[in-house]
Amino acid sequence: MSYYAGEYDVAVIGAGHAGCEAALAAARMGMKTLIFSISLEAVANMPCNPHIGGSSKGHLVREIDALGGEMGKNIDKTMIQIKMLNTSKGPAVHSLRAQADRKRYQMEMKHTLERQQNLEIKQAEIVDIKVKEGKIDSIETAVGAIYKVKSVIVSTGTYLRGKIFIGEYSKESGPDGVFPANKLSECLQRLGIELIRLKTGTPARINKKSIDFSKMEVQEGENDICPFSFTSEQKNFEQEKCYLTYTNEKTHEIIRANLHRSPLYAGMIEGIGPRYCPSIEDKVVRFSDKPRHQIFVEPIGLDTDEMYIQGMSSSLPEDVQIAMYRTLPGLEHCEFTRPAYAIEYDSIDPSKLKLSLEYKDIDGLFFAGQTNGTSGYEEAACQGLIAGINSSLKIKGKDPIILDRTQGYIGVLIDDIVTKGTNEPYRMMTSRAEYRLLLRQDNADLRLTEIGHKVGLISDERYQKFLNKKENIEKEVKRLKETIVKPSEKVNSLLEEKGTAKLQTGSTLSDLLKRTEITYKDLEIIDEKRPDLSKQETEEVEIQIKYEGYIKIEEEQVAKFKKMESKLLPQDIDYTEIKGLRLEARQKLNKIKPLSIGQASRISGVSPADINVLLIYLQLQKKNKK
Amino acid sequence: MNSTIASISTAPGIGGIGIIRLSGDNCFNVLEKIFKAKTPKKIEEIPGYTIKYGHIVEGDNVIDEVLVSYFKAPKSYTAENMCEINSHGGNVVMRKIMDLCLRNGAEMAEPGEFTKRAFLNGRIDLSQAEAVIDIINAKTEREATEGTKQLEGWLAIEIRKIKKDLLEILSNIEVSIDYPEYDVPEVQEDDLRKKMDKVLGKLLELAKSFDNGKIIKEGIKTAIIGRPNVGKSSLLNAILKEDRAIVTEYEGTTRDTIEEFVNINGISLKLIDTAGIRETSNEIEKMGIEKSRKIAKEAELIIFILDASKDFSDEDREILEKIDKNKTIIVLNKIDLKTKISKNAKEIKDFKNIVEISALKKEGINELYNKITNLFNLNEINLDNEVIITNERHKNQIQKAINSLNEAKNSMDQNMPIDIISISLKNVLTNLGEITGEEASEEIINEIFSRFCLGK
Repeated sequence: MSYYAGEYDVAVIGAGHAGCEAALAAARMGMKTLIFSISLEAVANMPCNPHIGGSSKGHLVREIDALGGEMGKNIDKTMIQIKMLNTSKGPAVHSLRAQADRKRYQMEMKHTLERQQNLEIKQAEIVDIKVKEGKIDSIETAVGAIYKVKSVIVSTGTYLRGKIFIGEYSKESGPDGVFPANKLSECLQRLGIELIRLKTGTPARINKKSIDFSKMEVQEGENDICPFSFTSEQKNFEQEKCYLTYTNEKTHEIIRANLHRSPLYAGMIEGIGPRYCPSIEDKVVRFSDKPRHQIFVEPIGLDTDEMYIQGMSSSLPEDVQIAMYRTLPGLEHCEFTRPAYAIEYDSIDPSKLKLSLEYKDIDGLFFAGQTNGTSGYEEAACQGLIAGINSSLKIKGKDPIILDRTQGYIGVLIDDIVTKGTNEPYRMMTSRAEYRLLLRQDNADLRLTEIGHKVGLISDERYQKFLNKKENIEKEVKRLKETIVKPSEKVNSLLEEKGTAKLQTGSTLSDLLKRTEITYKDLEIIDEKRPDLSKQETEEVEIQIKYEGYIKIEEEQVAKFKKMESKLLPQDIDYTEIKGLRLEARQKLNKIKPLSIGQASRISGVSPADINVLLIYLQLQKKNKK
Repeated sequence: MNSTIASISTAPGIGGIGIIRLSGDNCFNVLEKIFKAKTPKKIEEIPGYTIKYGHIVEGDNVIDEVLVSYFKAPKSYTAENMCEINSHGGNVVMRKIMDLCLRNGAEMAEPGEFTKRAFLNGRIDLSQAEAVIDIINAKTEREATEGTKQLEGWLAIEIRKIKKDLLEILSNIEVSIDYPEYDVPEVQEDDLRKKMDKVLGKLLELAKSFDNGKIIKEGIKTAIIGRPNVGKSSLLNAILKEDRAIVTEYEGTTRDTIEEFVNINGISLKLIDTAGIRETSNEIEKMGIEKSRKIAKEAELIIFILDASKDFSDEDREILEKIDKNKTIIVLNKIDLKTKISKNAKEIKDFKNIVEISALKKEGINELYNKITNLFNLNEINLDNEVIITNERHKNQIQKAINSLNEAKNSMDQNMPIDIISISLKNVLTNLGEITGEEASEEIINEIFSRFCLGK
């Protein structure tokens, strides 16, 4: 009962955080684009925590924005609390985090999709992807609409054969009670794509009126924080509060007494859960010596009294959940609106992807987001953006955009999952970035906006503004390096006041700024020719000068890194033929087919010794050609 | 196809025999042109692991009487066709044969190229290759033992211990950055300093062991200096336990390159300029004070010989004043004669190490050995209990790690934020990881999740 429904360039399956970015990027790059969701009520949903950003995730959002993505703008419009984390720990790890009004976030994003030219948004379940001669041909919906397409982006989140668990109860379901996508899983398997089972979970939601906040610590937002998007104006608004409470021995007792009722411990769940967001029962078992665990209570929106209970994700039966939640100070009389649940879903092995996020064996098939074994809205969104860009570039006959590990957290993330694969949901962390002093959240635009403009996602107008900012920063850094102040009384009294050594001879302003006690603002009174710069510009200038020495060291490391990345490995090498390699390395290398020696060195199971073999092999090849 | 490579495989210097090795698919073709077997056979008929007797010839001239061992691919060290020419030792002959090989189609092997090929052809892996190179270069048994130990991964075990401490520090820092809201204790500066110093101490110890390792591996550079006829040659002969002249003169040899090894308590002394000594050309008068100072400077051990039966000369006095007293052993020779110089003479009373010997009668040589042993703490180099780095690459990595750790300490002194300190600490881990082959960030993340309870 199928019918022909038209011809398009790009079809995006799934309208979560990855799908939305992918569809918007493709449409904005001029592709005739479709985006499908099983339920249009679930567009850009946050089925778990109601916040965007956090350590390293905030960096991802800034990078998405610098490339011309939507997430930063959308959270700026819909946030109800904002904070800058890690402010005392160094400029590279400052991270923005905002609480979202979850419904407004969804509506705002959905509306953006609706208004986007070249983009059609449809509620439908995709049940088949047809491939002809190794190339994407068409897709079909459950009701039989067939769309002929050049490229497909699969960003199905936790919907693929989704199954939820609450104690002994389980049900085939996507998150938040939405239908799962079962037939698409079957289709992917028919296409020869191997699926793995992963697991995650979410805590209960509780009605505000049943919570006694007086027994909890208040967590306020902050004012004067620059927003996520480089294009958003800073705004101060009345912020919602979050709260902190703790589990206690009683909580843990209840959990331990009921472990046998957990589907995880009873072996009902086969999926592998992430180490970084374990369920509360996991935490109690694995860290049995810890007397208490932190639990955050977060608002979900302005038009709802449901509160999110971070730290209490669980798959125990509902009655056990209620009992254990009620042991927490402030939650003694809590009233559940939705119970916690675990969800199991299919994902692909991301090492089967190219760095462009295209599936190696099927031309025009891209994957993005949780389907690739990652976790988190921000991780999903950035992959969606890259898949959207690269599917469009491919249709245009252009080379894909591949960010490397020196260009952004996005590059680190994609390189990690593609090169190493993953056997648990992958979360971004600043520790994963080798050059994090260069990959700061403040300079995401300096790193990436050029690329965003080149692919057509950054308007000329925004680009011009960016160039002006860049120039202002460069000029000001130069000026500070060239401006010499004499050891006048005014200067020395300032230095004395700040508790730092007085000047004996002249010094440049930049050398003064390098002192830990001195800020850019402090120098204002002795700096007469100071130009009028924006807050973001002065912040950038200050960081560039203050940490210049350290930044240089990382830049040298980057140069070394690039050298290894530029040693390209031919794609037709049969690694089983290189006898010096250990067996495991041969298999891994043949599977991943790394682009360069650098990428090869990051494959787990490829040792430095193997890399030396490859280097010698390359050299011999070169010699033989001569 | 691989080119044919050739090299002299025995250590330079004098031995009863010397081996020239060839490897490569065409190595037998090269051999055929220069080797005349007593009972000639076609190469196809000669099985691997065969030794044939014959002569190396250049045209009609016989160069040497040799034994040649045949190895056929893949059953050889490099897994390629190989042959080894066992010739009579002596630099002239060896050079000549080598020269013939090169003129007949072989290439000079780069250092370690045989091992490299063995490894490329899948015979051995790299860590083995590195250690095998060390074993090959081993000049004494002790060194061979050390090479074997690295093969077994002693160094790796030691490094893992250091890394464990480092990971504890780093995961404490990183968890506070990646999970700013969790109630993990903030990193305390004092505690951090203490832990960093502990790691630094261990690294410095390892680095120091390299100096011992170097002594084991490369020997102690030793210069024997003194005026004519004080008995340098006799001492050399006494040390080498031989009387014959052992250095063959041949064209193109520079005297400075001649080094000989002598084994004392398992450690080798590398004697500098022995050719000069035998030629009696480096006597102070002839070569001038400047040059003997240069040699003395280059050396790690100076054996300064005086003829105890004669008085100090002006040159003696000048040299004695200028040489490094800490690395010098004064040898008073000819104590069998009537002596004019005593141990207490004012010219030498500041020297801690003075030995009286009779080189001619071979008396006092053991005492000289004891002095050398004490001077370099050779007894402390106890290979059974201590990990010793002998590999230059490993030493470099450890030095880099030390530098990175010092950077971290500097940043701390300058009140830099914790992230900056963490960057340098991470570099330490990366530097060490390049020895053992583990990736820094993955290790930190694993450590974080095993130690801290985090989650939503």
